[in-house]
Amino acid sequence: MTQPLKFYQTGTFTVGNRLLAPELRSVQASAERSNALNSGHRACQGCGEALGARYVVDAAMRATRGQLIAANATGCLEVFSTPYPETSWQLPWIHSLFGNAAAVGTGIAAALKVQARKAGRAAPEVRVIAQGGDGGTTDIGFGCLSGMFERNDDVLYVCYDNEAYMNTGVQRSSATPPAARTATTMAVGEAPGAAFGQGKNLPLIAMAHEIPYVATATVADLRDLEAKVERAMALRGARYLHVLVPCPLGWGAASHDTIRLARLARETGLFPEFEAEHGQVTAVTRIRRRLPVEDYLRPQKRFAHLFGPDGDPDTLARIQARADRNIARFGLLEAPGS
Amino acid sequence: MDKPFAITLAPGSSLANKTGSWRTRRPVYVDRLPPCNAQCPAGEDIQGWLYHAEAGDYEAAWRHLTRDNPFPAVMGRVCYHGCEGACNRGRLDQPVGINAVERFLGDEAIRRGWRFAPPAAETGRHVLVVGAGPSGLSAAYHLRRLGHRVTVREAGPLAGGMMRFGIPQYRLPRDVLDAEVQRVLDLGVTLQLNSKVADLAQALAEGGHDAAFLAVGAHIARRAFIPAKDSARILDAVSVLRSMEGGEPPLLGRRVVVYGGGNTAIDVARTARRLGATEAVIVYRRTRDRMPAHDAEIEEALQEGVMVKWLSTIRQAGDAPGGTALTIEKMVLDAEGRPQPTGEFETLEADSLVLALGQDVDLSLLDGLDGLQCKDGVVQVDPATMMTGHPGVFAGGDMVPAERNVTVAVGHGKKAARHIDAWLRGQPPQPAAKHAAAGFERLNTWYYSDAPPTLRPQLDLARRTSSFDEVQGGLTEDNALFEARRCLSCGNCFECDNCYGVCPDNAVIKLGPGQRFEINYDYCKGCGLCAAECPCGAIDMVDETC
Repeated sequence: MTQPLKFYQTGTFTVGNRLLAPELRSVQASAERSNALNSGHRACQGCGEALGARYVVDAAMRATRGQLIAANATGCLEVFSTPYPETSWQLPWIHSLFGNAAAVGTGIAAALKVQARKAGRAAPEVRVIAQGGDGGTTDIGFGCLSGMFERNDDVLYVCYDNEAYMNTGVQRSSATPPAARTATTMAVGEAPGAAFGQGKNLPLIAMAHEIPYVATATVADLRDLEAKVERAMALRGARYLHVLVPCPLGWGAASHDTIRLARLARETGLFPEFEAEHGQVTAVTRIRRRLPVEDYLRPQKRFAHLFGPDGDPDTLARIQARADRNIARFGLLEAPGS
Repeated sequence: MDKPFAITLAPGSSLANKTGSWRTRRPVYVDRLPPCNAQCPAGEDIQGWLYHAEAGDYEAAWRHLTRDNPFPAVMGRVCYHGCEGACNRGRLDQPVGINAVERFLGDEAIRRGWRFAPPAAETGRHVLVVGAGPSGLSAAYHLRRLGHRVTVREAGPLAGGMMRFGIPQYRLPRDVLDAEVQRVLDLGVTLQLNSKVADLAQALAEGGHDAAFLAVGAHIARRAFIPAKDSARILDAVSVLRSMEGGEPPLLGRRVVVYGGGNTAIDVARTARRLGATEAVIVYRRTRDRMPAHDAEIEEALQEGVMVKWLSTIRQAGDAPGGTALTIEKMVLDAEGRPQPTGEFETLEADSLVLALGQDVDLSLLDGLDGLQCKDGVVQVDPATMMTGHPGVFAGGDMVPAERNVTVAVGHGKKAARHIDAWLRGQPPQPAAKHAAAGFERLNTWYYSDAPPTLRPQLDLARRTSSFDEVQGGLTEDNALFEARRCLSCGNCFECDNCYGVCPDNAVIKLGPGQRFEINYDYCKGCGLCAAECPCGAIDMVDETC
């Protein structure tokens, strides 16, 4: 029998495994991982953003052998990690304003470029990431980010998307999905929750800048996420990574459901995972077991109004149509090679 | 003060902030009892030995397995593997081929000549084991490993009991049986063949034994009253199968009728086919779904051309030219599922009739031993200890009330050995508390890759009816490893690193290979992600108490 030995121990689904060769294990499986975002931070129980930030920064730390600087936008990530005078960060880290993380990243990259040139090196050894939540990225920081893209500055920008302004009390952002209840899109009236037909898809906007690399990922698929960070750090120029990070508080979900929800977002087709280089999609992560959107929406209180006594089949159908469109658009169901 | 302008505090680490104080529930690592282990009559730690087999460490797997059962190569052939029926993977795709991997380990051990470790210390106690069948040899093995002197007395000319005189060679090749029996004897067990114990009380007194384990089996064929002419050739299944081991095969003729519906009836019919019978017909009074024989064996027998007359009984055996004419009455099942006669008769001609109607135990050796209680032809024992009513005399296998198969017998031997040991030491045994069940609903099956089971090769049908070659083939190392790796490790950590990876608070400490993990309760906020994302359900969330 020539069937490859690829099972739960050695497969791609768990974080690591005792049976895998060390070089095949994930960064998170290593006892020597950087733990860039250390214990003691004040994120809520089961915070998807805290998890996603450690996944991304640890992977970037390995890819750059620890030669990394981070610029951070205002938001949960900044607030819970650095209450004065404490910090959870185990790398050089700077916070300036809500909307300027991309510009700060650009500045650091420019300074490093000057240093490298003065030292006679072609490119700086130290790399830069800039990171923020969806508010600081898709709304407030959008101008700086677009500028960073069009100048093709050597920065990886990471957006941790929890689909609203969670830090200030769950207000709608341009990344909030339709029908979701937030403090500013209450579940009342004719069309409860956030409106359909609004908001923006930043990964696609980033692609339109034709920058070297754009990718989406979730905290549910660690190996996929780490591979994308590694790919991003292997390239120079402006790169964008959009990570879906469920928020137990803002989504009204159980703290132990963070990863499950991220997984369901992908398996329903609501959150397509793909990679694009210079404006072209180069790879998609296919759905393993397709599920109806209801499976994803039902555990979240922000969608509770869809499941009242009378239900709301029309809205559910509209959300399902969004998922179906993603599946068709990105080919999320096709078998590899077809 | 040398701090910059407007800075009053030195930079500190968030490690000062012990977020563990937020917690209302705490994750706790647990080991749970996988359904395969819970089901195994021999008490094997199946998940435990598969864990070693997964890593390709077959010797460690075999040593782990033989802590409970000294006969993996036999088990891998004759056990009815209820473990696979219980396997949680069966609810995902197909059960893990536990039996096939067990056989692979057993065969590998024989091939590589692995031996059992001798007992650490001798106790000076001497235990008599009566009967060298699976139960007696299992008890002898466990008693010897505990350091006791063991003498096994066997009435027959060879060791193995029903493994040799009941199970045909095409299911259990004799070189395999010999190798595993010899390995037990090599531990220093004394075996006396052709040494029937006729009077246990006397044998105990003369041998100076401190305790005894009885496992004489059930070798007396049960008869049914069938009016028959003298010329009718009627045999019993026990002696037919026994004579297969004597060098002189039984003369059954070309048309053989077997009366009964158990595994023994199937064994005889399949043996008859191999001895050249063109017709081997089983006559059974109920229907297939009520047949006590195991379905896989019925299926194999049917493949080999064995025929079955369902809902039929034999009323008499009369003369026919060149053979016997059997009068068969059709039966019908009543509302309670019991067969009732219909008064419809037909005639079936046969060269011989073999009765496979069950077996009884020869209990004559117990005469004169006080305190013993026999009921329904078997010895009553305390099911918790296997001790009979006579202190120091234990019993197991087919002679006590239980299902009669090799695996149950091996389990009896193990259990009795532990309690004999405890009894000899004068201490009540302290069994480890049983873990709670590892149910399917505790698994997070997302993390298990899709993996169809590996099938074992089967001998060509033509050779199955013409020779006594083994029917079921074994796995190669490649597919044994594949099969072992299909194990979900239900309820027991297999170090997939998921908990370590998914903790948003770095509150899981990885202790290194084989050491598993630990929760750092200083920082664990009790979110429950580790428990939710543990594939095998080895983490419980428990309420914090003040």
